[in-house]
Amino acid sequence: MVKAILDKQSIEVEEGTTILEAATERGITIPTLCYHPLLEPYSACRICMVEVEERGKKDLRTACNTAITEGMVIETSSENAIRARRMNLELLMAQAPGAEVLKEMAFEMGITKSRFPVTDETEKCILCGLCVRVCEDVVGAHAISFVNRGADRCVSTPYGESSEFCISCGACAYFCPTGSISLEELTGAKIVHTELPLGPSTAVRVPFMQSIPNVPFIDAEACINFKTDGCKLCEKVCEPQAINHEMKDEFIEVDIGTAIIATGYELLDVSDMQNYGYGRFDNVLSALEFEHLCNAGGPTGGKILLKNGESPQSLAIIHCVGSRDKNYKRYCSRICCMYAMKFAHLVKEKTDADVFEFYIDIRSFGKGYEEFYNRMLEERVNFIRGKAAEVSNAAMVPEEEGKLVVRCEDTLAGFIRRIPVDMVILCPAVVPREDVSEVGKLFGVTLSEDGFLKELHPKLAPLSTSSDGIFLAGTCQSPKDIPDTVAQGAGAAGAVLSLGDAVYLEPINSVIDEEKCVGCRICIGVCAYDAIFFDDEKKVSKIEETLCKGCGACVAACPSGASTQNGFTDAQLLAEVEGALI
Amino acid sequence: MQDSGFEPKLVGFLCRWCTYQGADLAGTSRIEYPPNLIPIRVMCSGRVDSSFVIDAFSRGADGVIIFGCHPGDCHYQEGNYKALRRYTLLVKMLEQFGIEKERIRLDWVSASEGERFTEVVKEATAQIKKLGPLNWQKVKETYI
Repeated sequence: MVKAILDKQSIEVEEGTTILEAATERGITIPTLCYHPLLEPYSACRICMVEVEERGKKDLRTACNTAITEGMVIETSSENAIRARRMNLELLMAQAPGAEVLKEMAFEMGITKSRFPVTDETEKCILCGLCVRVCEDVVGAHAISFVNRGADRCVSTPYGESSEFCISCGACAYFCPTGSISLEELTGAKIVHTELPLGPSTAVRVPFMQSIPNVPFIDAEACINFKTDGCKLCEKVCEPQAINHEMKDEFIEVDIGTAIIATGYELLDVSDMQNYGYGRFDNVLSALEFEHLCNAGGPTGGKILLKNGESPQSLAIIHCVGSRDKNYKRYCSRICCMYAMKFAHLVKEKTDADVFEFYIDIRSFGKGYEEFYNRMLEERVNFIRGKAAEVSNAAMVPEEEGKLVVRCEDTLAGFIRRIPVDMVILCPAVVPREDVSEVGKLFGVTLSEDGFLKELHPKLAPLSTSSDGIFLAGTCQSPKDIPDTVAQGAGAAGAVLSLGDAVYLEPINSVIDEEKCVGCRICIGVCAYDAIFFDDEKKVSKIEETLCKGCGACVAACPSGASTQNGFTDAQLLAEVEGALI
Repeated sequence: MQDSGFEPKLVGFLCRWCTYQGADLAGTSRIEYPPNLIPIRVMCSGRVDSSFVIDAFSRGADGVIIFGCHPGDCHYQEGNYKALRRYTLLVKMLEQFGIEKERIRLDWVSASEGERFTEVVKEATAQIKKLGPLNWQKVKETYI
């Protein structure tokens, strides 16, 4: 510990503490431009001048990089210090007349104009080097540096060309105290963090507002550390030290007795459907993107806006995009009608826009759903019965200029309609997840014709699967809405709990007569459940009856007639054949 | 077929999970189909021993159909593939015995395909009507 006097107060600080740190801690403000607590002090701006008396000798020092020594007497706002600061500020103002922060500082110090000659009125850079240091020390990209000397000194990429080392993280622009660097100029408005649709994001974030657990995660795609091995700023500022960049994905093996598959669904990729112009037209959105746009936590704070920032005058919502369509998915996705009507309601609530719903049939099947449909009719949402054929920007009449035109056969009115709108929302089909067949194979669950996981029985066992102890919940089984998913999930959990400790054996299973078995092991090869094992001592095959499902494959394969199936013996079946042919 | 008035006897081995339920569905859906097929329920098409088929022919069946789940849909994971392998060999063998390969048929009908079940039965019945009765006595005398 060292003792010193700071602005007439006795202080005691740890060795190596700088004057700026000690002063800031005690609420004494020393102005500075080039200092940042995350970076090593650089003393480039020289605004943080203070007067120091050491061993009887008075001197002016920069507070940011001067460590306090024993017996030091520091005056942060002595006449000499202030004079030096004003002088340095005037010099900086001559260097960077465009910097707003200097003007504010000058106003506070009572300076109106620099007495030194100005070369470039628009210059904002004060050559403090924060950007260079953050790029090097924090980000680790080493993309920018000081170039040239004397009056020509400036910050630049090598040879002033676009640098391949730049990862467009924007740290330099963020750290720049004068606004001299802007990301748009640097990269042509390229932003790294475009994970979420419709807006920028950060590398450390909570996935979405209601996520469980509601904690942030690091997006490896966007995190600087995953690109350059640098940064780790979040680790430095996190007081409980909860962040660890060294953590790796790991596989954990857990012994389980039962499992509920609830792997969910995906939405059909609408960019494949050329006729709706998704990806070609700015204001054609998929349902999830619109949901994100409407959300208070979304990029517009919940306002429904077009890409150009204007409020839409009219919207089209297209149902059954890929559902009930033999070219894509034949089935009904079940959720779209209701959320499409919810969208209409939101639009009506938030804007004065006209809403057009293009539907094949309205399927408002659930509790309170039909009532909601009637409410939407009362709210004057326009329902047009007919599948929208295409969305284009080709205007045929003046009203269609600059609009998206939805073309559709109105099957109730019996003619083709062209409806100009500002925004189009597509309701894509609910489709099985890409890896559904692998998940199915893993658990021994087959797929239905539509590609979703198949339940044991559509009416009598909608939660169970053909594998004992494996249950289904939610949209991995078929498209369903939230109430149905919750019901199925609770049902599956109940089914698991009611299993108890007992394993129920199949009444119809296979048995091997040890006397007849010749030990050829053909049955072991045909058993799909690994229920047959070979007894090395007796040289016969044996059946583990808790595993046997009773398919009888081993019975048909057994050349010596040792394997028989309870309830379906060869004799019984042959008697049936005989009876059939009397 | 108004010609001979021949009504063939068909034996069907129906997998308990798919086709048997499909046949049930055909019944509950009131779909008509020829009464020539007599169904025998087995747990899985993979349970059908080739000897059952030969036995059926020897006892006077004019045709046999083995029904299973669609490939990839087997309740027992792969029993229908086992049936398919066995069937391929069986057809070759029966042909050597002078039994037309049209008399033995393997088909996939799922639990939801009641209509398809009736179609398969209709088709097979018509085909075997065309072939006429199986002369097992001749087969026996010539080859066995």
